[in-house]
Amino acid sequence: MSGFGITVAFWILAALTLASAGGVMASRNLIHAVLFLIVAFLGVSGFFILLSADFLAMAQIIIYVGAISVLILFAIVLTPRAERDNSETSMVLPALLLGTTLAAVLLFVLYDANWNVTNVEPGLSAEVLGSALLSVWVLPFELASVLLTAALVGALMIVRRQEDEEGDSAS
Amino acid sequence: MNPFELISPQLAILIGAGLILVYDAIFPKDNRYLPWMALAAIAVSVSFAISLAVRGEYHVGFEGTYSVDKFSVFFSVVFAGIGAAVVFASMNWVDRVGRRKSEYYALLLTATAGLMFLAGARDLITIFIALELSSIPQYILAGWGKDERSGESGLKYLLLGSIASALLLFGMALLYGLSGSTFVPEIATFIGENASDNRSLLILASTLIIAGFGFKMALVPFQMWVPDVYEGAPTPVAAFLSVGSKAAAFAVVLRIFFEGLNAEILSNDWAMIFAVLAAISMTVGNIFALVQSNIKRMLGYSSVAQAGNFAIGLAAIAVVGQEFTLAASAVLFFVVAYAFTNLAVFIAVIAISRHLESDDINAYEGLAKSAPLLALALGIALISLTGIPPSAGFWAKLYIFNAAAQADLAWLVIVAVLNSVLAAFYYLRIVRLMFRNVEDQIGSAPFAIPKSIGFVLGITVLGVLVFGFFPTPIISVAREAAAIFSIG
Repeated sequence: MSGFGITVAFWILAALTLASAGGVMASRNLIHAVLFLIVAFLGVSGFFILLSADFLAMAQIIIYVGAISVLILFAIVLTPRAERDNSETSMVLPALLLGTTLAAVLLFVLYDANWNVTNVEPGLSAEVLGSALLSVWVLPFELASVLLTAALVGALMIVRRQEDEEGDSAS
Repeated sequence: MNPFELISPQLAILIGAGLILVYDAIFPKDNRYLPWMALAAIAVSVSFAISLAVRGEYHVGFEGTYSVDKFSVFFSVVFAGIGAAVVFASMNWVDRVGRRKSEYYALLLTATAGLMFLAGARDLITIFIALELSSIPQYILAGWGKDERSGESGLKYLLLGSIASALLLFGMALLYGLSGSTFVPEIATFIGENASDNRSLLILASTLIIAGFGFKMALVPFQMWVPDVYEGAPTPVAAFLSVGSKAAAFAVVLRIFFEGLNAEILSNDWAMIFAVLAAISMTVGNIFALVQSNIKRMLGYSSVAQAGNFAIGLAAIAVVGQEFTLAASAVLFFVVAYAFTNLAVFIAVIAISRHLESDDINAYEGLAKSAPLLALALGIALISLTGIPPSAGFWAKLYIFNAAAQADLAWLVIVAVLNSVLAAFYYLRIVRLMFRNVEDQIGSAPFAIPKSIGFVLGITVLGVLVFGFFPTPIISVAREAAAIFSIG
């Protein structure tokens, strides 16, 4: 990764991502916070493109922007009794302190570490990822499908419990 | 070798889970056989695991992501046993709740299979997926009860568990970014060569991984969820959490830290972290357990304190250096002794609170009169938790303290012994309450203990006593299983 254009793109993306992440915290309206979150997700997917990981960038957009943010929006809209604002909390100061400390530790550690630098062209196309998933990581890949089934059964259980209770009170 | 044979113990359990769901879909009215199907799956799984061990089929399979070795077979059998005990302990409770029996057993089996995968996983991705495979069913099961408390405990466990998973992933990502590999042996090679250049990052990664698994182990300061979840979750599920999920976390930590991160320059650092966490966990757990009046909350804090005892073994292993096996086998022996003991306590509590309809410790007064056998069983189990001979718990503590002493951790042994005295107060208080002579007590109606609970309570208490009198066979098995770490 080199060149003037890429460096400029990196800093623009970094500023965009950080600013919108800050917006998630600062905005007092929950819907606005989610919209800021979407921008932050888009910024992260920009980093993936800069690293030539276009498949990951696409997955980031589809999963985080397409699915997770929409889920959050739905959750906000469908909880009628809840307050719509990102309410004040007394933990602002401790949270700021913790966040700053964590950032300081991470910055120190990331500078201190002796990272491996490589010039190999990253081959992160969908094809490479797909064949890796079905060869080297076939076991976790298949386990993930079992995991999803279990999660599905669990989700059904949670929904059906409410139906059961409604049935109980009706009868 | 056929890769399916390597994971045959887990496959048997997962297929059992699938069959239970399908059977329930076809015959929705007939659900008497569901727990027996679960037990059959576990029995097949254990026989597969033992057959792998007997034939000596120790291989690394699936491109290095999963390994069948003595260590993973040992834990597979332990987890299968825990799963079977929890199925027995659940039967009566699930029948009373009535609905959704098949899903309960299917999720319990899935969680058990996830724990078994954890014991053999040798690659960070597989470890993470196996961890989630065991965790997600447990989140759901913790919220299975009908009351609000249970729902709250499920939600709390899910939210805090997700944070722990995120921390764990962060630690793993740092390790991967540094070493360029997710495979534990390759990380070990990289760290053997480059540990001194990257000490700060490796310490941060270790800390994050310890935080992630510390949540499952219930080590202080990652223990906030324990009393609330144990109190709210159905008691059989709490038993599963306190034994299965904790033991699995220790198995994975042994695998990651003693196989992957045991370069000398690094191991002293994380051993110190474990030593400090052990001391804090024991002290905090015991002090809070002293003041509890609800037995399930007390058991929650007691499980925090016991996690501290486990962690002594982790601290000792790294310090010994050359004699890895002693402390690793101490942890494994502790796992078996603790599994039998804690399951016995929880199952006895299930039987008692079913009758008293109360989890209040004071309601146990004079229990020996109305249910002498039950009181005796709970008494033996509590004595084993305290670590008084002749019980399995005594040998487990002795063994792990010995390992710590040989690792020059005298201060930790002193803290642990003082804590055992503290623990004796609240464990033996229950024993004293039960055997106190009271004239007219409330629960004096004859106790009806369901057969399934009586059976599994008998087995676990028998285990506590047998391993108390004859600990040698388990010690030699634990030594063999821990020997895979001696090469490092």
